[in-house]
Amino acid sequence: MAGGQERILRRRIKSVQSTKKITKAMELIAASRIVKAMARISSARPYYEELVGVVRDVATSSGLPKSIFLGEAPVADKKGLLAITADRTLCGAYNSSVLRATERQIQAFRQNGKGSFLVTVGRKANSYLRYREVPVEASFTEVTDRPTYDQARQIALPILQAYEAGELESVDIISNRFYSAGNQRLEITQLLPLDPEKFGSRENNQSLDFEIEPSPEAIIDPLLRMFVEETIFAILLEASAAEHAARQRAMKAASDNAEELIKTLSRIMNRARQDSITTEITEIVGGAEALGAGSKIIDESYLLTYSNRGPVDV
Amino acid sequence: MAHSFPFSLVTPERTLLRCEATMVVLRTGGGDIAFMAGHAPFIGNIEPCIVMVTTEDGRTERAAVHAGFVHVANSVVRVLADIAERPDEIDVERARIALVNAEQTLVHSNDASAEAALRRAHVRLELAGSHGAAIK
Repeated sequence: MAGGQERILRRRIKSVQSTKKITKAMELIAASRIVKAMARISSARPYYEELVGVVRDVATSSGLPKSIFLGEAPVADKKGLLAITADRTLCGAYNSSVLRATERQIQAFRQNGKGSFLVTVGRKANSYLRYREVPVEASFTEVTDRPTYDQARQIALPILQAYEAGELESVDIISNRFYSAGNQRLEITQLLPLDPEKFGSRENNQSLDFEIEPSPEAIIDPLLRMFVEETIFAILLEASAAEHAARQRAMKAASDNAEELIKTLSRIMNRARQDSITTEITEIVGGAEALGAGSKIIDESYLLTYSNRGPVDV
Repeated sequence: MAHSFPFSLVTPERTLLRCEATMVVLRTGGGDIAFMAGHAPFIGNIEPCIVMVTTEDGRTERAAVHAGFVHVANSVVRVLADIAERPDEIDVERARIALVNAEQTLVHSNDASAEAALRRAHVRLELAGSHGAAIK
């Protein structure tokens, strides 16, 4: 009986140990990916800054031309949402927080009598929302591990098309933003319409007289379209870094828990083994005494061989 | 010796080229244009073309740019491009296939995206070709 329990415990410890090996490996992989993702965020920054600079210069030299992308929200009966989740799980509350926020937003839109236009990134958002029969206009997968600008452009395409056709009042992005390796937060970022404040005049206010080709009116829309794509790209990069950070943290917790479990199980197993040995000795001694009571000759060598049979740990 | 000015070619994913240049040639919607030190402030959209940069030490750097903007202010020239490639990064085989596909599509219809693909393929092959010639 007791030996059986020991065997079961040994098997459980082994399985927890191999689980720990996996979670530890995933933790290390995620940790190395955070560094790469952070490097990608910083190499994407110059482009973003220069793009903002160009729009600002167009604005300061000739006043911001009118554009559907800027300022006042157009009147439409739908609002756009871009939900960014991961393709895989094992990253704590990363996916579920985005999905919960998305559902809440849709609910809020409905209460205001607005429909929703939903675009999702990540396998998790797709399967979760499809299962709940939430209509999804477009979904993209295999993006968040290593987002490319081309993918950002493909994601922007349906959103821009619907927005330019006047179907959408606004577009928000729901994603995890990356602040540091230890700090990521779920945020809802407004993508469209763009806030003209973002392109506010330069501080030193030296307005250069730009020659704009072909014309400010013709250049502003393609520029802002590029800006929307770039914003999505930047947010994807951040989401990717946040995902790796979340996974690293989740896997570290899992490894720690496995470690704890192994400790507890080993303790129980040792006690079980000790118990079985003690029981065995008691049985032998009891048996020997019973024998001794029956006959006067006590075969001491017989007793010795029996008590030395198993290892007796203390 | 011509005056030099800072030049940068950035894409969303990386900074492709950053150097001191004496002349930059590229193509905007209004035709080919060359920038030298002291150019007037300028913003323009770029057509698919090869950007040619003459660096301070006399070398010529080339890169294929498929769409984007050029921004000149305070004698700093910046090119912002969606896609930009160096000569050695171009997949010639793929560009050739794209060229053939685009030409076939254009025989039947007047598709704008096929036309853009055709121009991209042309720019890529031209750049790859010029690079090959430079090696010989």
